[in-house]
Amino acid sequence: MTNQINRIGVIGAGVMGVGVAQSAAQAGYQVTVIDVSQEILDKAKQILYTNLRFHGLVSKKAQSDETPEQVLERVHFSTSYEGLHNVDFVVENVTENWDIKKSVYVELERNCPSHAVYAVNTSAISITRVAALTNRQEQVLGMHFMNPVPLKDTVESIRAFHTSQDTIEQAARFLAKMGKRQIVVNDMPGFVSNRVLMLTINEAVELLRDGVATAQDIDDIFTSCFGHPMGPLATADLIGLDTILFSIEVLYDSYADSKFRPSPLLKKLVDAGRLGKKSGHGFFKYAGNI
Amino acid sequence: METQQLKESLRGFLQEYIKVADFKDDENIFAAKYVNSLFVMQLILFVEKEFAIRVETEDMELANFCSVDALAAFVDKKQSEAAA
Repeated sequence: MTNQINRIGVIGAGVMGVGVAQSAAQAGYQVTVIDVSQEILDKAKQILYTNLRFHGLVSKKAQSDETPEQVLERVHFSTSYEGLHNVDFVVENVTENWDIKKSVYVELERNCPSHAVYAVNTSAISITRVAALTNRQEQVLGMHFMNPVPLKDTVESIRAFHTSQDTIEQAARFLAKMGKRQIVVNDMPGFVSNRVLMLTINEAVELLRDGVATAQDIDDIFTSCFGHPMGPLATADLIGLDTILFSIEVLYDSYADSKFRPSPLLKKLVDAGRLGKKSGHGFFKYAGNI
Repeated sequence: METQQLKESLRGFLQEYIKVADFKDDENIFAAKYVNSLFVMQLILFVEKEFAIRVETEDMELANFCSVDALAAFVDKKQSEAAA
């Protein structure tokens, strides 16, 4: 089976959804972005346009001759799942909340053609469990994009219990056209990346809570001593503190292991609306809504 | 806007993100690692809003935004073009 991949469905117009839509549109795919409200979609379109404008400045890759407006023409925004009737590949990026994810897959099953592959873009939720919500378990895989999506060349892909080799190969083709490659791992909550990263971030927040060091100094240890390009707290700001909290809660529930207990300070910051870069303030301050 | 006033406004914005108090006007803020490369997007949005200019695709060069001096010269040039 060699399905052509031309049309992409992107579910969720948050940070990751906008990033995936940008990469796919820049690669020449027709993209339909679905979210629950027109207001969210309007904002997403604005952010996408801004990111396209600045792409040449922040990306080291070869530049295309297309203007941001031309790329944007390939992206369609809709609040209705009916827009997915002819898609070949879906990347689902809704929030890390099981009940919300569940309701999305009911809609996908109702509206997507039977050949379409579903890629679950999640930080921690079991792909096998998501696949079980569908009647196409062999066509479901995990695809953990890194943020910012247009600048990150490697994706952690997850082979769920029933995922077929053909699905893995289709995912590789879809990614290759966007200049990306995948590292395929097996399905366990948190996969490789987040089982380690979420614990690291959570412990960095605990260091801050205990007054061991300032946010600046905690990150400085990682960037200056370890040579990491970014410290754990700046990474948390980039991902979004709400997403971090959701992810660590999923790990806590999945393994029933107290080592994944969320830091009370992390919970407090999320309650206070300090969500990181997207809200302008997390562990550090940011300007502009980008 | 006078160049000095322009520079003060730029420094005021940058100082919120750069912890070093005494960085120089001609210092490359990216090379010095005061900010990471993605900060340029925030910087451009600020400059466009604050000085009512439009940064065009052909202006998207890091050299235009890498120091207080470079930024001031760039804003001055765009404002002069708009006024002409």
